[in-house]
Amino acid sequence: MSDVAAKVKEIIVEQLGVSADEVVDGAAFVEDLGADSLDLTELIMAMEEEFDLEIDDEQAQKIIKVQDAIAHIEKAVG
Amino acid sequence: MKRVVVTSVAAVSPLGNDVETSWQNLLAGKSGVGLITKFDTAEYDTKIAGEVKDFDPTIYINKKEARRMETFTQFAVCACKMLFRDAGWSIPESEKDRAGTIIGVGLGGLHSIEEMHSKLLEKGPSRISPFFIPILIANMAAGQVSIEAGAMGPNICTTTACASGTHAIGAAYTDIAIGRADVMICGGAESTISELGVAGFNAMKALSVRNDEPEKASRPFDADRTGFIMGEGAGLLLLESLEHAQARGATILAEVVGFGASGDAYHMTAPPEDGSGMALAMAAAIREAKVDPSAIDHINAHGTSTKLNDLCETRAIKKVFGDHAYNIAICANKSQMGHLLGAAGGVEAVFAVKTLAEGIIPGTINRDTPDPECDLDVCADGPRQKQAEYALSNSFGFGGTNACVLFKRFTG
Repeated sequence: MSDVAAKVKEIIVEQLGVSADEVVDGAAFVEDLGADSLDLTELIMAMEEEFDLEIDDEQAQKIIKVQDAIAHIEKAVG
Repeated sequence: MKRVVVTSVAAVSPLGNDVETSWQNLLAGKSGVGLITKFDTAEYDTKIAGEVKDFDPTIYINKKEARRMETFTQFAVCACKMLFRDAGWSIPESEKDRAGTIIGVGLGGLHSIEEMHSKLLEKGPSRISPFFIPILIANMAAGQVSIEAGAMGPNICTTTACASGTHAIGAAYTDIAIGRADVMICGGAESTISELGVAGFNAMKALSVRNDEPEKASRPFDADRTGFIMGEGAGLLLLESLEHAQARGATILAEVVGFGASGDAYHMTAPPEDGSGMALAMAAAIREAKVDPSAIDHINAHGTSTKLNDLCETRAIKKVFGDHAYNIAICANKSQMGHLLGAAGGVEAVFAVKTLAEGIIPGTINRDTPDPECDLDVCADGPRQKQAEYALSNSFGFGGTNACVLFKRFTG
């Protein structure tokens, strides 16, 4: 697992209060990890803060699963 | 009007993280006041408070839920868990709409306001948490408790400063008495021992600055009292109509027989020196109970340890009871836990109910030098083995708001 992926998963565990083994690449935030819309907003903000980047609303809406978040951030941080 | 009874009580207080520990420490004459640990008090006049100690909300709620709650809401939700655990009962699906929640909160989420305002200044508006508003609003204690308990009846927050908790109990009692609900969770919650909170009360010169003797700082009715001590916590009562409680075979701890409320119509923060507004509220509660004032044998006083409150409350008690005032065993729980502000009425009502249920009246600590003008019996010698028949719980708040709830020993 890349450093980015590990950090993203760590943030998800912390923000959503789920266990690390639930946070697999294919897990969907809402359906599998029990997030609501406020959780998602806060999760995006936590990732922006950690990686010092901006994720606009349009991009954020495409982040459905754990792997989407990792892919987006890996691309953004190059 | 239906009869209303108390069937469970719960508390998180500076004297303990559950009702039994708090009550035992109260009877042991202990003080829950100490140096403030929540922030660096170097620049603050007051460095002491009645903090809740070693509180771990994750004993009762999961980590994610706890993170989405301000401390005052955590206190309330954990108290709610204990309330139903001790009642040995939960609200059945078929009764959800007949069960409500009224929890008084004086200020709300000061900690969140401080944290988010700092973030706003440092990082800008896009860094404000989407949970900021829902976390800080004062009615979120009632909201989260209703989610925890499954209570779909009236859901309200009373915000009347230091009378918030008592107004909540009064409103909940009324809802059951007039038939709006069969079951009500009620009381108060507060956690404002924060930089803004202490600075704000310090600016008013309302707090004691006896920093070198924290346990002696809160001294209601004592000649050397110099102000109140901030406290925090939550106190909840489970109220039911008598029929509802009896139908489910509940243990009945006390009956709620009257509620009185009034306004001073006088000044933003100071009561009139004759205590007339306070007296109106006490008299109204007694009148509603249809009992002669001479029957009242115990008052759980507001007793804040400020010059003005204790003087005015003493005068108000004399106004209502005349010479009988000297026969009443009075206690001021704030001498031991500080002033829990919006939670004060909740936790003190819990103690008033325990007083009736257990047949022992708590004492008032630190009344070392009697104030000649506060000459009533405040149980300065410590707890008294005496079965009180009535307990009048007083709360008075900024804005000139006064609330008193009258409990009676349950005798069937």
